[in-house]
Amino acid sequence: MTFRQRHLLGIEPLAPDEITTILDLAESYVALNRQPMKHARALEGLTQINMFFENSTRTQASFEIAGKRLGADVMNMAMQASSIKKGETLIDTALTLNAMHPDLLVVRHPNSGAVNLLAEKVNAAVLNAGDGRHEHPTQALLDALTIRRAKGRLHRLTIAICGDIAHSRVARSNLLLLGKMENRVRLVGPTTLMPAKVADLGVEVYDDMREGLEGADVVMMLRLQKERMDGGFIPSEREYYHRWGLDAEKLSHAKDDAIVMHPGPMNRGVEIDGTIADDINRSVIQEQVEMGVAVRMAAMDLLARNLRAEAEPGGVMV
Amino acid sequence: MTVITFTNARLIDPEAGTERLGSLRVENGIIVGCDGRPSGEIVDCGGKCLAPGIVDIGVKVGEPGERHKESFRTAGAAAAAGGVTTIVTRPDTTPAIDTPEVLAFVTRRAREVSPVRVHSMAALTKGRDGREMVEIGFLLDAGAVAFTDADRTVADSKVYARALAYARQLGALVIGHPQEPVLSAGAAVTSGKFATLRGLPAVSPMAERMGLERDLALVEMTGARYHADSLSTAAALPALERARAAGLDVTAGVNIHHLTLNEFDVGEYRTFFKLKPPLRSEDDRVAMVEAVARGLIDIISSMHTPQDEESKRLPFEAAASGAVGLETLLPAAMRLVHAGAIGLPALWRALSLNPARRLGLPGGSLAEGAPADLVLFDPDVPFVLDRFKLRSKSKNTPFDEARMQGRVLGTWVGGRRVFG
Repeated sequence: MTFRQRHLLGIEPLAPDEITTILDLAESYVALNRQPMKHARALEGLTQINMFFENSTRTQASFEIAGKRLGADVMNMAMQASSIKKGETLIDTALTLNAMHPDLLVVRHPNSGAVNLLAEKVNAAVLNAGDGRHEHPTQALLDALTIRRAKGRLHRLTIAICGDIAHSRVARSNLLLLGKMENRVRLVGPTTLMPAKVADLGVEVYDDMREGLEGADVVMMLRLQKERMDGGFIPSEREYYHRWGLDAEKLSHAKDDAIVMHPGPMNRGVEIDGTIADDINRSVIQEQVEMGVAVRMAAMDLLARNLRAEAEPGGVMV
Repeated sequence: MTVITFTNARLIDPEAGTERLGSLRVENGIIVGCDGRPSGEIVDCGGKCLAPGIVDIGVKVGEPGERHKESFRTAGAAAAAGGVTTIVTRPDTTPAIDTPEVLAFVTRRAREVSPVRVHSMAALTKGRDGREMVEIGFLLDAGAVAFTDADRTVADSKVYARALAYARQLGALVIGHPQEPVLSAGAAVTSGKFATLRGLPAVSPMAERMGLERDLALVEMTGARYHADSLSTAAALPALERARAAGLDVTAGVNIHHLTLNEFDVGEYRTFFKLKPPLRSEDDRVAMVEAVARGLIDIISSMHTPQDEESKRLPFEAAASGAVGLETLLPAAMRLVHAGAIGLPALWRALSLNPARRLGLPGGSLAEGAPADLVLFDPDVPFVLDRFKLRSKSKNTPFDEARMQGRVLGTWVGGRRVFG
């Protein structure tokens, strides 16, 4: 078991064995979460603050439940409504919070790199809950756990990530993680939603759904933001659905036992057909949400262990 | 009569293109000749390099409006320490230098406190808003040496064409920072693998070529005198070559940071590396160095842009652009010499002779009758840069803790020693 990180800012700094450590520990929390009595004491006495500078219901709830199940004192701060509006800088907000001695800071911010900046200024362990278009590491980890449970392994799989890659931090974290674990990663989507030189990151790029899905083990759909649908990046919602929306016919090009994933919230009838999303034989979308809580419990548990090791003389990181 | 003789100097003469051991005699602030018998004050150069002082044509001083970032006093001190004997200030101040009255204020402030020569550029359009041209005639009379909206491009081609035509009849030099404004709006870095990995808003290097092609077409149409500054991409160079071949009155400049750094230096969102235009690929950097070496790019400047800690300690997208450069221009440029990309006389054409000539300023020369604006430097001495030792009020240098070579030993302006 190895996990040498002080923060969880992204997948990029993680080594494959560290990813495995998180996933293995998360497995034990999956079991705990299915018990009637769900309490553990890994974060007892610690203070967790969720700072969301960008709206989120699902991710914030997931982190909150994860912290509470492990015994932390959890506080949610809706940063949009607070001091940021009064002109306080991110650093000042961070320093103010730091003075209250939190142990775990869960941060979502609309700017890429903002969470890294904040982590430099605080003593707490910082978890990135999504920064701009950069990374969303716990999403990639929960996706990895879902894949590993469904497929029995997390290597040598062909995984197609489809849709708005350019604006997606989920796609970036996933392609990094799946690449590190030695999978074949394909990106599928319209050229206008594909980031520049992304092929240099060791992935295959397709603009045709059928070709991109051919023989895939996993089909991962991404959310298409409403504001990007009309004319700017794609001509219309219906043309997008026609060419890149996941329906039964397009899915038939993937392997027969291919699973379908989506980070949510879904736009049914835009990037994914409703019946596929609900097909219990193919869709693992609900399981992704369940894995989210377990993975976040595991990540916070490991970071808390390293915090304690740091505080003790001669303490050793996990 | 004050006489100084610099003896035992490695004389870097950009005009003659030579580098030789000798001495230089200065009388009453004017160079009167080489060699001959030493007399007056003797400065033994100990075999180190003596060159015309640097003429830096893109310097932002925070007066008026942002004196907390840089004043004429601190900018002047930084320039003297960096071997820069003439600074040409940018008009992107608050308010912009767009009237003779503001220009007169700036000129007076500079004269009062700066140890080096200061000349000012004026905005090309009022408030740098790209809508109405400034009083180019009055500003010329008040001493403006060029007209530029600096990093804001005049998006409206009709406004730009008229401003260029009006400037031409008065013989004024117009400086552009070519960029297709819509394509580059909101960009923090250059598009490519690095931008994709970091998830930052990016602009294709093609936006610079598009901006330059537009500007050059308007120059061809109006016959204006034009300097394309802050060029940074290989894709823009063929257009420049064509304009030169066609005989247009066009020169070009590059900023030192685009000759010495590339996009990957941003690393983990380091905002001191956020520049405008953004840092480019390594291929672009190499192409720009080659373009300077073969004379296609005429001028190297620091594009000195002081920013305080508050405007840089922000998420990368929200942070201010620009870096200070007056004190690091010379050692950074030495990297090109030590890499074998360019010789000292050719480098000094770009740092001193060409900018002086293009803007019609004295300096850049070791010839008889030239002002004794001189820099004495050791091109080899190594050091590690400590940003807190910079004389600029703002410390936003991308070279903090960098290993550099080349140190200024003394700076003279009109024969008066201002540093060392």
